[in-house]
Amino acid sequence: MSTPSTLLAVKGVTTFYGKIQALRGVDLQVAEGEIVALIGSNGAGKSTLMMTICGNPRARDGSITYDGKEITRLATHEIARMRVAQSPEGRRIFARMTVLENLQMGASLDNLAHFAADSERVFALFPRLKERIHQRGGTLSGGEQQMLSIGRALMARPRLLLLDEPSLGLAPLIVRQIFDAIRTLNREEKLTVFIVEQNAYHALRLAHRGYVMVNGRITMGGTGRELLEKPEVRAAYLEGGRH
Amino acid sequence: MNSPSDSLAPTLDTQPEGEQLQNEERIAAAPGEIAPPSPRGDLAWSAKEALIAGVVALGMFTPMIGLLTDQNINNEVILVTRWPLLAAVVIACAAGRFAIAYFIRPYLAAKRAAPSRPVARPAWRATVSRWFPVVGTILLVFFPAIVLYTSGIAGSIKWVDNFGVQILIYVMLGWGLNVVVGLAGLLDLGYVAFYAVGAYAYALLATHLGLSFWLLLPLAGLLAACWGVALGFPVLRLRGDYLAIVTLAFGEIVHLVLLNWKEVTGGGAGILSIPKIGLPAIHIESYVSLFGMTLPKFAFFNIKFDASPEGFAHLFGLPVSSAYYKIFLYYLILILAFITAFATARMRKLPVGRAWESMREDEIACRSLGINTVTTKLTAFAIGAMFGGFAGSFFAARQGSVFPDSFTFIESVFIVAIVVLGGMGSMIGVAVAATVMIGGVELLRELTFLKQIFGPDFNPTQYRMLIFGFAMVVIMLWRPRGFVQTRTPTVFLFKRKAISADMVQEGHG
Ligand SMILES: Nc1ncnc2c1ncn2[C@@H]1O[C@H](COP(=O)(O)OP(=O)(O)OP(=O)(O)O)[C@@H](O)[C@H]1O
Ligand SMILES: [Mg+2]
Repeated sequence: MSTPSTLLAVKGVTTFYGKIQALRGVDLQVAEGEIVALIGSNGAGKSTLMMTICGNPRARDGSITYDGKEITRLATHEIARMRVAQSPEGRRIFARMTVLENLQMGASLDNLAHFAADSERVFALFPRLKERIHQRGGTLSGGEQQMLSIGRALMARPRLLLLDEPSLGLAPLIVRQIFDAIRTLNREEKLTVFIVEQNAYHALRLAHRGYVMVNGRITMGGTGRELLEKPEVRAAYLEGGRH
Repeated sequence: MNSPSDSLAPTLDTQPEGEQLQNEERIAAAPGEIAPPSPRGDLAWSAKEALIAGVVALGMFTPMIGLLTDQNINNEVILVTRWPLLAAVVIACAAGRFAIAYFIRPYLAAKRAAPSRPVARPAWRATVSRWFPVVGTILLVFFPAIVLYTSGIAGSIKWVDNFGVQILIYVMLGWGLNVVVGLAGLLDLGYVAFYAVGAYAYALLATHLGLSFWLLLPLAGLLAACWGVALGFPVLRLRGDYLAIVTLAFGEIVHLVLLNWKEVTGGGAGILSIPKIGLPAIHIESYVSLFGMTLPKFAFFNIKFDASPEGFAHLFGLPVSSAYYKIFLYYLILILAFITAFATARMRKLPVGRAWESMREDEIACRSLGINTVTTKLTAFAIGAMFGGFAGSFFAARQGSVFPDSFTFIESVFIVAIVVLGGMGSMIGVAVAATVMIGGVELLRELTFLKQIFGPDFNPTQYRMLIFGFAMVVIMLWRPRGFVQTRTPTVFLFKRKAISADMVQEGHG
């Protein structure tokens, strides 16, 4: 399989929270049009990596390049303007604003140029959101908030979508819906997706490639199927069976 | 004895006064409906609570109320005791605690436990919230006329100036601070600094350079906005309580500078005889010929509100009175306040306003959506400060003099209290809160009959902070999130699709 051009490259990145080192030299690549999954146990540093890519916190050493440009030292909003959208850990939707206003915020990069069309697209993916269009974000259920968080990220028309545990706390049916939606976006719109997941089985089946992170380092990488076969992965993240 | 309205109160309080009567009649007519007895608390427990409250009050108020140091004729310090007053206060505390424990708490508990009818925002509320701004605006516009009609020219001065203008200044300040606190979510306890900058900018430039108010008003706003940015820069990384402390310090610094920089500000003596505002007018000064055409050359001038032959009264053939100036000031501050309101309402729907609100909700998410939170914060501070500066220059012109003591921390507290009581972010709420709090304090002056009860030395205005504080506690208990608790969304799609296209164009300017 010939690899297309690399969209995101992370090289030797270390990140500190004060004196605590959360990332100890991370290397990974995401190619254009690819779905890449990152799995690892709690506290491994997955969310930290995702936030570091977005510039908050900044990497202390190493480099992050996106679309051939160095973004390691850029401010978060400048990175976002390069069409890197994120559904962060904890969803972080705007609680007092309505569903529609949340989506509107996602579209602020284009000054709402494609707002009507893009919101229809999000509602096609998540019809539940359309039913709750004028409900305040904070009163949505956890799953609906997750949908809104992903929908808001999509409103920015991203080239690279970063998803931090989109399946967290969701019913299996909804998880499948969300994963189907990601697959569809990837196939039909060539959206590049970097996804952090606890739900390793689903994530690795969804992804073209995957990485395993342990203690702030990438310890394994490969295609999704390869990783699913590995006994270490099965033992640590799949308990030897399906989920 | 239980009156029917007593026991029905829990379900009726969501309905309008008018409907209440009908309901009572209907329920009274319904056969077999027995009003349940009013709930009562545990008598022994309530008595014990009352006793504890009494003891605590005795311990606390003995040094505060029971004992008083005074000076006798020989300038010696003597100890005066006020046991009857102390006894009255202690008994009042105990009785109050008993009433709460025995009557109020069980009542509230029963009210909470009562199966609440699913009343989702009754229809009359929607009507009120739809029409309140309209009716309020009409009332405000006709307020001077109403007052003139009811109390005559001389009598109107007090109402227009002390009530109208005074309240509207605080409405405007509240609306200005609302941008910073309510929309952007930045707790600013030093807002009075910008008010002061506006006031001193007008006072200094008008007295030294003799510039007109109409020129200095925008200048004062601009200056205040610059100070807003100056405050904004150092506090960019601060949030919540830390931000509040730094802004508080900023307000104090400005106050101290005004007090101590005597060469410029006049120190505690302030700046006196600040020029009044004139009514702007145009007249044709001369004619100039341009390309063969004769064109009028206009000149701007101000009609002064004084007794001179060119003054307002003479010009319009009216009897000389200061009431015209007050009414003029009233309309001026009304217009300024409305400009603030319209500008804020408009900005909420523009990208900058949406950025403010999303920053208030979640700064990190806001940044990851491509919003520059640095400029967002600075614009919030600048715009809020600008409105404060406008209000300040108006204040200086209206007073005719400015003193540093008009710009103390307590003013900031008043303004923040108005925004919080109004329900952060709601402009109607802020206006209502300003009217209640400032109007209430002004009304205290009217309560002269209290002198007959408490003696001629009684001055109700001395109790304004006490009453202000008490009112705040009551309002916050009654409506914990302010008068207007709902936030109006800025976008409704699928009803009027035109909105989004409309906003795109405005967004690009
Ligand atoms: N703001 C912070 N300050 C200090 N330490 C932090 C902070 N955020 C994360 N950490 C630490 O950094 C390490 C990595 O955290 P991170 O959130 O990246 O883990 P994670 O892999 O996303 O875990 P999970 O699967 O539980 O979400 C943890 O040890 C955590 O305690
Ligand atoms: Mg995480």
